[in-house]
Amino acid sequence: MSAYSITEPSKRVKWIAGILVITYALVTIVPILWIFATGFKTPPDSISYPPKVIFQPSLEGYVNLFTTRTRLAQEDLDALPPPRTWYEAIVRNRNMVIAGPSRFGERFVNSVIIGFGSTFLSIFLGTLAAYGFSRFKVPLKDDLLFFILSTRMMPPVAVAIPIFLMYRQLGLSDTHLGMILLYTAVNISLAVWLLKGFIDEIPREYEEAALIDGYTRFQAFMKVVLPQAATGIASTAIFCLIFSWNEYAFAVLLTSGTAQTAPPFIPTIIGVGGLDWPAVAAAASIFLLPVMIFTILLRKHLLRGITFGAVRK
Amino acid sequence: MAEIVLNGITKAFGADIAIRDMCLTIPDGAFVALLGPTGAGKTTTLRLISGLEAPDMGDIFIDGRNVVGDTPAQRNVAMVFQQYSLYPHLTVRQNLEFPLKSPILKTSPADIRRKVDEVATVLQITHKLDSKSTELSGGEMQRVSIGRALVRDPEIYLMDEPLSSLDAKLRADLRVELKRIQADLGATLLYVTHDQIEAMTMATHVGVLDKGHLVQFGSPREIYENPVSEYVATRLGLPRINILPADLLGTPPANAKTVGLRPENIDQMSPGNKAEVQTGTTETTVKRVEHLGDQTRLHLDCCGHAVTTLTNAHTALATGDTLHIRPRNPLYFDTDGNRISGGVAP
Repeated sequence: MSAYSITEPSKRVKWIAGILVITYALVTIVPILWIFATGFKTPPDSISYPPKVIFQPSLEGYVNLFTTRTRLAQEDLDALPPPRTWYEAIVRNRNMVIAGPSRFGERFVNSVIIGFGSTFLSIFLGTLAAYGFSRFKVPLKDDLLFFILSTRMMPPVAVAIPIFLMYRQLGLSDTHLGMILLYTAVNISLAVWLLKGFIDEIPREYEEAALIDGYTRFQAFMKVVLPQAATGIASTAIFCLIFSWNEYAFAVLLTSGTAQTAPPFIPTIIGVGGLDWPAVAAAASIFLLPVMIFTILLRKHLLRGITFGAVRK
Repeated sequence: MAEIVLNGITKAFGADIAIRDMCLTIPDGAFVALLGPTGAGKTTTLRLISGLEAPDMGDIFIDGRNVVGDTPAQRNVAMVFQQYSLYPHLTVRQNLEFPLKSPILKTSPADIRRKVDEVATVLQITHKLDSKSTELSGGEMQRVSIGRALVRDPEIYLMDEPLSSLDAKLRADLRVELKRIQADLGATLLYVTHDQIEAMTMATHVGVLDKGHLVQFGSPREIYENPVSEYVATRLGLPRINILPADLLGTPPANAKTVGLRPENIDQMSPGNKAEVQTGTTETTVKRVEHLGDQTRLHLDCCGHAVTTLTNAHTALATGDTLHIRPRNPLYFDTDGNRISGGVAP
């Protein structure tokens, strides 16, 4: 009989846990894999039934995503010189020619500017506010904190009309600044509350030691508090980015041209030349990447245990 | 390097008064040990001098300059915290460099290296310089924490129980080392401790605090031999002073309620010698004998009161034996615990 340990789980428990984790991972990852796969299918493959798991990969979806195309009559096509590039060849197979680039690139850049801009602003303001709430005597502190949290209790869309009118008056409609401000306003309550929790966990002794070591409070904040709050800042930043990156309702309402983000743009692809699922899947794949990369880059901070070990508890 | 004067300092946290009207002059170059139970205001005193707390009333002078209102950085003090407070995101070397790199000191890189290596050698942490501060043991953390104060050249060192979590040998080494450093630098050092050996061996002055009051301030011997109250008498001494009803042994002065007898101030009459068993002695029973090696402690029963005393390391006394004792230099205290003057025999 093998030794029995209270703290170590038994082999059987480990197996069950492993199977559960793998099952859950599959359930969540299959739709994402399906999107990536669909992006590399041809339009007929993408709607074939039964669905094709093994297929001949094609870049048609990506070509369609980044271009606008015109259908030509056979005789006009025959009159054209042979295609000069691989992507022209793909388009030519469908009896079309490339008319110009699509607006997906601009929309994607808009998403990056607005998503990362509002995340940065939320974290910047949120960290300062959270530090203030955590360390200083603020009159009516609890009421203020509750007020900040309460902005999150109402569904943002409930104030869509007033915001729409206000933005039109202020000239913020369809501008990058307008969207950054809006997403920051929504995210800041989350940022303040999460970051306050993280900063509360950092013992004051560190700042006091830095004050005695000859630093000002602001320098102590920069050199001692910020590095230790990195874990909290990273996870808060991911939450803020995911919200502003995926936000759809306000983006539809407030942006149409210059500042339109990717989420309201992607559904419009479907209308161009029938049900172009590979192009939609290609757009979704590209759209997923930044948040994925951002999360992977910061995962060290997310996973790292809390390093508050140097103060005797 | 600097004289510290506290003048009528009062500090309250909400309804709790931590320090009550404290007046204290710490001479330049003194090594002061602050004694007192938890909550007596020792740490608060250090924090007030360092500038981490502002007094509600009173003035603090460092080197003749009123520092109330100055930031900790402007006061040029170094502090060792009871919780070591090493910066967890930095290595040991970076922790030691931290004060030297402050905008106030702006030390040159060569000097930083030299000073850090010097201090690391003294504290025996050279082999740990490149470790993360979170990877250290408690004793190592505490040494780094002391090191962070020593790399600087401040006017005042403040130390909050810096040796409390070290093992006995290191503690003894560092006790000597700290005293040597303090003497070499001629620095003024305030030191909070519970340990009577630390207070007696290192300090030039001892301050005893009780509920925010400074009850007595003087040399360690003065505090030990001439305490102003029963409270002060019980702060120093190991084994602790015996506090007994005043009339238990001999005749007390009027209005004395209790008598304090240091364990070493109890004379023992050799049991066989009838001539020595005379008036002025009291018969006791030995309850327990503790052989400590260099000395032996006797726990006696004296008319129902426990009395502890010291005796010869190789004593033949055993539990149940009868022993006659006679007090020497008794300290008498009145009902309020205050010392009755004149009660001390030379």
